[in-house]
Formats: sequence, C-alpha cells, structure tokens
Amino acid sequence: MTTSLILNPLEDWLQQSQSQKAVMEGVFLENLRKEASNLVSSGELPQKKDEQWRFTDLAELLGVNFQVAPLVNLTQDEIAHFYLPEAPQSRLVFVNGIFAPSLSDVSALPDGVFVGNGAQLGTAQKEILVKYLGQQPEQGEVFTALNTAGLTDVAIVWAQPKQIIETPIHLLFLSLVSETPSLTQPRILVVAETGASFTLIESYGAIASNCTDIPQNRPYLTNGVAEIYLGENARINQVRVQRESGDGFHLARTAIAQEKNSSYTFTEASLGAKLCRHKLDIYQKGEQTETYLHGLTMIEGRQIADTHSAVYLNHPSGTVHQLHKCIVDQRAHAVFNGRIIVPKPAQLTNATQLNRNLLLSNKARVNTKPELQITADNVKCAHGATVSQLEADELFYLSSRGLSEDNARNLLIDAFAAEILDKMPLVSLRQRLSQCVACRSFE
Amino acid sequence: MTQTILSVRNLTASVDGTPILKGVNLEIKAGEVHAIMGRNGSGKSTFSKIISGHPSYEVTGGEVIYKGENLLEEEPDVRAKMGIFLAFQYPLEIAGVSNLDFLRVAYNARQKYLGVEELDAFDFEDLVEQKLEIVQMNPSFLGRSLNEGFSGGEKKRNEILQMALLEPTLGILDEIDSGLDIDALKIVANGVNQLRNTENAFLLITHYQRLLDYIEPDFVHVMYDGSIVMSGDKELALELEAKGYDFLEPVGAK
Repeated sequence: MTTSLILNPLEDWLQQSQSQKAVMEGVFLENLRKEASNLVSSGELPQKKDEQWRFTDLAELLGVNFQVAPLVNLTQDEIAHFYLPEAPQSRLVFVNGIFAPSLSDVSALPDGVFVGNGAQLGTAQKEILVKYLGQQPEQGEVFTALNTAGLTDVAIVWAQPKQIIETPIHLLFLSLVSETPSLTQPRILVVAETGASFTLIESYGAIASNCTDIPQNRPYLTNGVAEIYLGENARINQVRVQRESGDGFHLARTAIAQEKNSSYTFTEASLGAKLCRHKLDIYQKGEQTETYLHGLTMIEGRQIADTHSAVYLNHPSGTVHQLHKCIVDQRAHAVFNGRIIVPKPAQLTNATQLNRNLLLSNKARVNTKPELQITADNVKCAHGATVSQLEADELFYLSSRGLSEDNARNLLIDAFAAEILDKMPLVSLRQRLSQCVACRSFE
Repeated sequence: MTQTILSVRNLTASVDGTPILKGVNLEIKAGEVHAIMGRNGSGKSTFSKIISGHPSYEVTGGEVIYKGENLLEEEPDVRAKMGIFLAFQYPLEIAGVSNLDFLRVAYNARQKYLGVEELDAFDFEDLVEQKLEIVQMNPSFLGRSLNEGFSGGEKKRNEILQMALLEPTLGILDEIDSGLDIDALKIVANGVNQLRNTENAFLLITHYQRLLDYIEPDFVHVMYDGSIVMSGDKELALELEAKGYDFLEPVGAK
C-alpha cells in the first residue's frame, strides 16, 4: 500500500472525480456537478471533533493516493457467483463504477419500468433526472458532494404509477482490486411512482483479476450515494449487502423521501471493508408513512463499521421500527448512531429503535447512541441499546448436549444474526449470509 | 457382573477458590437409580455440574471414572457424546435457535461420535415424533425457539425429550421436580421411567421425597457440606421427609 503524506486529499479526490468523462450530457448535469465541485472546494473533511464522526477515524483513508478507477471488462463467468438466482434477468452490473451492458440483463422485467443507466434514458425520460437527482437535503455533506462532483452515470430504477413488479431487481456494484488504489463513486436513483411496488437488492463486492483470491494491501474507495423516492402509497422492500474486500473503504449515503401512505423496508448486511461508513437518512413527507429498518453489522480483525441513521418525521401517524445488530470480533469497532426526530406535527407517531451488540472478544469495541428527539406530546416511542457477550451458561447448556465449543458458539452467533437475516426477502440471500455468519469469513 | 457406570472417589472441587465438594464418594452400576438429597448449598447441584463438565468449577482432587475412563479429562461435549446427560434445573432459553434444529444437531453430533448414521431432516422428524409421546409434548413446540417462552413444566419436559433422543447411559436430573405441578411431575417421572433399562443408570438430585414416589430409587444418599454423609435405600428418603435435615448437624459436624 502506498502511504505518502497527501497534503489535501479532498482536493485531490475532487480533481480525480472531475477528470472522468460523463456518459450523460446536459446543462442540468453540468450545473449539478459544478455546484457540487464548489461545495467540495469550500468544504472540509470530517474530523474527530465533529459529533457525527467522533468515533470513526479517517486517518488511514487519507493516507491513500486514490486514482479514478479504470474501465475493465469482465466476463459473466468471472462474476456469476455474485448473481442472485431470484433475479437472473433483472440485473444491472457496474464494474469500477462503470455500467457493464454485457453483464447486465433486464429482459425479465415488465414494460414500463425503467431499469438501466443514465445513457439509456430517452430524451423525454431525462426529466426524471431534473426532478429527482441531487434534490434531497444535505447535498453539501462533503462525501455526497464529492460523489455528485464526479457524477458520470446513474443506476436508475423507475417504476410507473401503480406498477407492481414481482421480480426482484438487483443492482450489483463490483470493484476490481488492483495495485493502483482506485476511487469509484456509484450513484443510484430509485423512483417508485404513486402506488408502485417492488423489491430492490443493492450489493457491493470486490473481485481480483483472473478470479484469483484478492491480494492483501490493495486499498480502494467506494463512495456511493443512493437517492430513493416513494410516491403516495408506494412500497419498496430494499436490501443492501456490503461485502467489500478487507482493504476496501466504503463510504455511502442513502437518502429516502417518502410521500404519505408509503411503506419503505430496508434490510442491510454490512460485512466487508476495512472501514465502512453508511449514512442513512429517511424523510417522511406525509401522514401514515411506514419505515422499517433492519441492520446487521458483522466485523472482525481491525474493521471499523459505522452506521449513522436519521428518520425525520413531520406528519401525523407515522411509523418507524428500527433494529440494528452488530457482531464484533477481535479488534473490530462498530459504531451505531440512530436518530429519530419526532417534531410537534408528528402526533400519533409509533416509533421503536433498538441496537443490540454482541462482542466476541475483549478487544472488540462498540459505540452506540440510540437517540429519540421528541417534541410531539401524543406519541408512542421507545428506544434502547444492549451490549453483551456470549453467555458461558448458554455455551455450557449447548455443550452438555454434545455440541463442540465452536459449534455452540456458532449456533449462538447464528441465532443472534438470524433475527435480521430472516427479514431478507430472498431465500438465496438468507442462505448465503447465514453461511457467512456460520463460518465468519467475509471475503 | 453388572457394569460400573460411574465411580467417584474422594472428589473435591471449588468455585472461585471456595471449596464446595469436600470428598465425595459414589458408585453407580448399570440398571440403578440413585437419588442425592440434601438442603440448599450442600453441593448437590455442583456435583451434577462437575460430572457434566461445567467450566466454572475447579476439580481440586479425587477422580471420576466413567465406564473405565477418566471423565475429568474430557470436554463437556465429549462427555455428552460418551453418554452423560444433565437435565438442567433451569434450562436456558435460546432465542433464534429452533428447538427441532437444535435437537437434530445434538442428535447427529452423538451419532457421528458413535460412528453411526446421521439422520436427515425428514427421518429425524419421524424419530422426534415418536419420542414426543414419551413426554406428551405438542409437536408445535418443535417449531419454537429453544425453551423460549416455555413454561417451567414445558422446559422440564423438553429436557426429558432431549434425554429420550440422546439415550444416555447416565442421566443426571438436577431438581427436575422443581417448579412442577403434580400433573407435570407425573408426566416427567413417567418419561424417565420409560427410559430406564438394565444398561443405563440415573442420578436424581432433589430436595423432596415426593419425586421418589414416582421414580423409585435403589439408593438414596444424603449430601451435607460437600460430601455424602449417609446412604440407604428409599426408606431413608421417607425418614428425611419426616425428620428434616436438621438431625444431620451432629453427623456433619466434624
């Protein structure tokens, strides 16, 4: 790994970002990128004194000299193990942030829904970008702005009013690990028009050239932004699986806007990366809106995984249920900060939030902060956090029935993870991720 | 000659440096049922946990021979696979582990150890359904998480179900009667009686003579301050019931 002192990493990343040619053109996009570049130029990298970054140190990231990731061609055979059997023909693949048409296949999807990259949008369809791209709050957040400044393409899922799509849609983002540390900035735009409904799987992984095992000390950075809109009565069931390689850095922001009566379910498994930071913001924009968030973080070695979520309610009869679990082994460090904001207009809110942590070693660390900010006076809200270890008595109980110590440990760890994995809407994901839990190998 | 299943000689043990067992001697042969009685804190439960290998207790002296082998060298899971089963006084609740899956994993661990065929999910379900009758358990319990939300009686029946599946050579029942109403006690006792045969043996740990009305012991031992101070037949249990444990004081005071 090349660690040199980089005087101004942010400016460096910005230049790298700007150097890439966009596959989409238009005044709107040019302006969007330009504004974002200005925000990055005038912005600052987060520091430990920032409340939002207190426990997550970016020092290692700042020492890497990232270059914009090159275009690479992979074959179906090389990446088939990342495919989902439930979505063989409803898949978009991006390699190093660049759309890979030969690996993508959306032929099983019904007419009307648009699932493709920015270049595939027809002239009339481009209005969707103007209407939705970069329109959510906090565009100035420095990593979001960096992503926009380097925006060259967008993975788009756009379902028409009342369109119910049974086939799950899979967005697969792969990084090819190489000697030159690469910078990849995926961008996702998801729009469920009024009454539309579908299941979306967003997954991140790493691959080495020639299908070899991924070599050590090959850092790269994925800085992703996903923007998701649910119209009135729309439903999205979304899964996010992050399995970057052990030297990868993964920064991501997911911003979700929900109109009234919509229902958004999000289930996340975050297993990979040397350092992962996911900022998840949900804005409820109408009454009787439902949000369900489930997260599983499973880390070991010296991994750092940080989840910062915020749900903004501002209308009556909103629902939020959040369960986030972390399994932390060896010297790994998990951070959870979950805010639910219930202002005065959000009467009759029903909100629960729970963060449960399982520490598997003496050196494992967790910082947790569940946070309810309530000013409405007629609401039902509860929150909490627990930190525990495997119970010696539970282990003995299982051993006394003939399970070896390892089997007993794994059974208890599986059981802890199952509560989240059982929420995964695809059987194949439940099975694959359960295997990850059982053997606790994340690569 | 009848095979000796368990032979305990001068067993001493402590927890966190405090001596709990102070020289236990006990011999159990195939086909026998033994009961250990004694008041709270006399060391009965500790003894049962040490036999099954609980890591919190430190054996400081003596020996435990199980079917001719030194048991104290083995890990708890190996002891289980060798045929020792401890029915817990307080069975643990384990959320997220289905009762059926757990039973199958435990059953197959033993099968593998014995070098006999492991059962797949279908065959195992057939087997479990036969065993359910022994403890009159509703099959719906199999789909639930292990002991989670079970009543006291349901947990104890689940322990006996596990024992019925694992067919131990030595079944140790640690206060299996605690928290049971009379009907549940009869079901549990009846389950144990069905499992008795000439090849295996049982050790009952209890405070009360009542259990012994339903599972008739061949030998009754009284534990006091970390050792067995008196042994007899089932009449001894009746005597204890009548007199209480107080009369032991002079016997135990050395």
